[in-house]
Amino acid sequence: MDTLGIATKTKEPIETLSRVVIRFAGDSGDGMQLTGTQFTATAAAIGNDLATFPDYPAEIRAPAGTLAGVSGFQVNFSSEDIFTPGDGPDVLVAMNAAALRANIRDLRPGGILVVNTDAFREADLTKAGYTHNPLEDGSLSGFRLYQVEITRLTRAALKETGLPQRIQDRCKNFFALGMMYYLYHRSMAVSTQWINHKFAKKPELAQANILAMKGGYAYCEAAEIFQVTYEVPPAHLAPGTYRNISGNQALALGLVAAAHKAGRPLFLGSYPITPASDILHELSQYKNFGVYTFQAEDEIAAVGSALGASFAGSIGLTTTSGPGMALKMEFIGLAIMVELPLIIVNIQRGGPSTGLPTKTEQADLLQSIYGRPSEAPCIVIAARSASDCFLAAYEAARLSIKHMTPVILLSDGYIANGAEPWKLPRIEDLPPIDVNFQTKTEGFLPYSRDPVTLARPWAIPGTPGLEHRVGGIEKSDGSGNISYDPENHEHMVHLRAEKVARVALDIPKSVVDGDPDGVLVLGWGSTYGAITSSVRHARADGVRVGHLHLRYLNPLPADLGEILARYDKVLVPEMNMGQLAMILRAKFLRDVTQLNKIQGQPFKESEILGAIQALGAGVRT
Amino acid sequence: MTTASLTKKDFITDQEVRWCPGCGDYAILSSVQSVFPDLGIPRENFVVVSGIGCAARFPYYMNTFGFHTIHGRAPAVATGIKVANPELSVWIATGDGDALSIGGNHIIHLMRRNVDIKVMLFNNRIYGLTKGQYSPTSEMGKRTKSTPFGSVDRPFNPMAVAIGSGATFVARSVDVYASHLKEVLGAAARHKGTAFVEIFQNCNIFNDGAWEPYREKELRDDNLIHLRHGEPLIFGKNADKGIRMSAPFTPEVVALSSTVTAKDLVVHDERGPAAYAFMLAQMEAPSFPVPVGVYRNVEAPVFDAAMHAQVDEVTAKKGLGDLEALLYSGDTWEVR
Repeated sequence: MDTLGIATKTKEPIETLSRVVIRFAGDSGDGMQLTGTQFTATAAAIGNDLATFPDYPAEIRAPAGTLAGVSGFQVNFSSEDIFTPGDGPDVLVAMNAAALRANIRDLRPGGILVVNTDAFREADLTKAGYTHNPLEDGSLSGFRLYQVEITRLTRAALKETGLPQRIQDRCKNFFALGMMYYLYHRSMAVSTQWINHKFAKKPELAQANILAMKGGYAYCEAAEIFQVTYEVPPAHLAPGTYRNISGNQALALGLVAAAHKAGRPLFLGSYPITPASDILHELSQYKNFGVYTFQAEDEIAAVGSALGASFAGSIGLTTTSGPGMALKMEFIGLAIMVELPLIIVNIQRGGPSTGLPTKTEQADLLQSIYGRPSEAPCIVIAARSASDCFLAAYEAARLSIKHMTPVILLSDGYIANGAEPWKLPRIEDLPPIDVNFQTKTEGFLPYSRDPVTLARPWAIPGTPGLEHRVGGIEKSDGSGNISYDPENHEHMVHLRAEKVARVALDIPKSVVDGDPDGVLVLGWGSTYGAITSSVRHARADGVRVGHLHLRYLNPLPADLGEILARYDKVLVPEMNMGQLAMILRAKFLRDVTQLNKIQGQPFKESEILGAIQALGAGVRT
Repeated sequence: MTTASLTKKDFITDQEVRWCPGCGDYAILSSVQSVFPDLGIPRENFVVVSGIGCAARFPYYMNTFGFHTIHGRAPAVATGIKVANPELSVWIATGDGDALSIGGNHIIHLMRRNVDIKVMLFNNRIYGLTKGQYSPTSEMGKRTKSTPFGSVDRPFNPMAVAIGSGATFVARSVDVYASHLKEVLGAAARHKGTAFVEIFQNCNIFNDGAWEPYREKELRDDNLIHLRHGEPLIFGKNADKGIRMSAPFTPEVVALSSTVTAKDLVVHDERGPAAYAFMLAQMEAPSFPVPVGVYRNVEAPVFDAAMHAQVDEVTAKKGLGDLEALLYSGDTWEVR
């Protein structure tokens, strides 16, 4: 098929590689996210396994040419299974001096470096903080440097269009993309189709971007700047239908699927916040699935409206990030008290306070499990990769409805914005979600209990004979009437704890990847990819090591203690100061080795591998 | 239960009412329980939502669906309920602190959106449940436990806040003035959109007598002016005083006489410009009688209805969502 096909053979010798990491870096106005996304779409179409890592500043347009304004997009594409966007790039495309300065330390020695020399003028160098021109001072001699006048060549390619120079210059990212398509033997068909669709109403812009892309491709061909070109064959993924998906997209789809299976409307109350807003954008498109999206006046109203919708029989959902999470806590406590379903999605970011809005972190675990007044137990689960956000969201909805209590779903900026191929599930394989509203009036007690889950009945307004009141004041078990009785309060505190504890009976057995003894790497959330790669690497090097990745953080799986006991050493990598480690020590009186990174950046495979090797020195097979 | 057979008794719960003896809330509860059976709404379709405060205990005493939420946030919860099921008749019982202090942001957005929810603001100009601190409606210089030397901040005028927020139904009544309160609540219930009703309510423990001129039968005729659509603004025990415009939007009190007659007075128009309603809101003692009744009653798009209409419209256009088609949309590829 032509749209997916490999491009015609280049005249340079072709080398086959199993995986390549490219990072596109430029000013935040240079369109680097778009360039990366397009390269990714083409890699997906070819059938590569892939993982992406967009990394951009919080400012929409920081001053042009400065370090603060540098935006990057890294894509790892491969003919083998991959789990991360790659530690450092093999190829760096730097659209200006600041992009070079901000990213060069990550480029692997001997890596390919393409720079736009037109953005290395005196002023550009000064803005980037260079005192010497790095293109001239020999500091880049360890790389394969390609100096290309990308701005000038783009203008030349667009000369006939008659477009203003300002508009022409905005096409230079497609020139760079065309160069990469040439270097990696990719067809331009997927991007051509995308451009035509995107600019359907502005054909002159569609034509300009296509010309720029073709210009980059043709330039490589004509100028013979590369000595060799590369191909990365398709990966051997498990059979099925795939699509490329970001975590936030997958999460939104998981919730739509859950509401669909439950046969109830989905109500999202949300307030825009980075990096969670895309879930609101995504869900607002799905109105014909019975999805009601309410952009509330603030974070508190967002969660409150979702709880109100749950009370009235919809599936109540709110989406946010750390600062918003803090604001919602009083309402989450109320949801625990009135025992209604409520899904709270927290796309974690660097903190505290505003912190690093566009950067990733996993430091809201303790907040999620414990961050409410008094004894307020809450189910907490986490997604581990972009595509896993679908199942994690579905599971959050299932547990919340079945157990009649809120569920906090943790994701983070890394997997929310990152993308990977997703093997699409079959609808019929998704577990059932049964909603059983109370209708029987005889003997109805609002706080009666299911004997297994301890869930109370969901009796929604509009049901004759079930008029009842719920609220935040302590309830008498059974009747739900206000009660200040000391023994009843203690009983209810235990009951709410037991109700959440019993969720452990409703979750699958833990599956350890790798060895059943030696070193255990225990992770949760978005560290999954880096841990998986590093554990496989370490095992290939002869270290005896297993990997357990927790979906369920509260309650923890029932078999966790037994698994921990099997291993000599336990390594807990987290993008925080050791929050899961603290819980493990408290619950199991078991020491663990912490590996913590709090830089707003995900773990590299090499970082975890180093820690495994250090621990595993004594437990080699 | 058919709506025809509903009586006040059907709306009384088995819970012991725990307001202080003599509290104005008892009178409001009684009026609401009298009004609800006559609205033609099945009992199971009523939902009473509240935040925190003395007024917020209201749902526990109403034999309907009820939700006692958290401080100031009743509008948020009520909005979720109403959007989830627009068939429901959703009422909020709130107080001056709950609605205008901690919940100020929610109440203004509720009115801005015109969600079809009825708000009863029990205004006693004091914090009762926390035992007597001044509130955002307390008069300046108020001496309370938290302001022993007098409060130094200016109060909110709830009518002005509601009108300024774009509320489509704004009214005011008095806790013990049962016939008037029932009439106003009935009109609120019939309105499509947010109905905001301020109720002067006496806290006989921490702020006794705050509304005395408007509650006492022998005083209120001289201190209240009844707003009736299409009728001139006349007040006084002997109906011998009225409100005239001395300049545009500048009211003055005049005595009726052979030269100044009803024809010279302002004729109340619920659907008049917001500036007129705002002018009424500024009429305060001692210069003016305080207007009670419906200040403003206009039509505007209703939020919950619009939200459902949009979902219906998109569904009609795109067809009912097909989950499989959604998941398998976009650029997919097969691996064999």
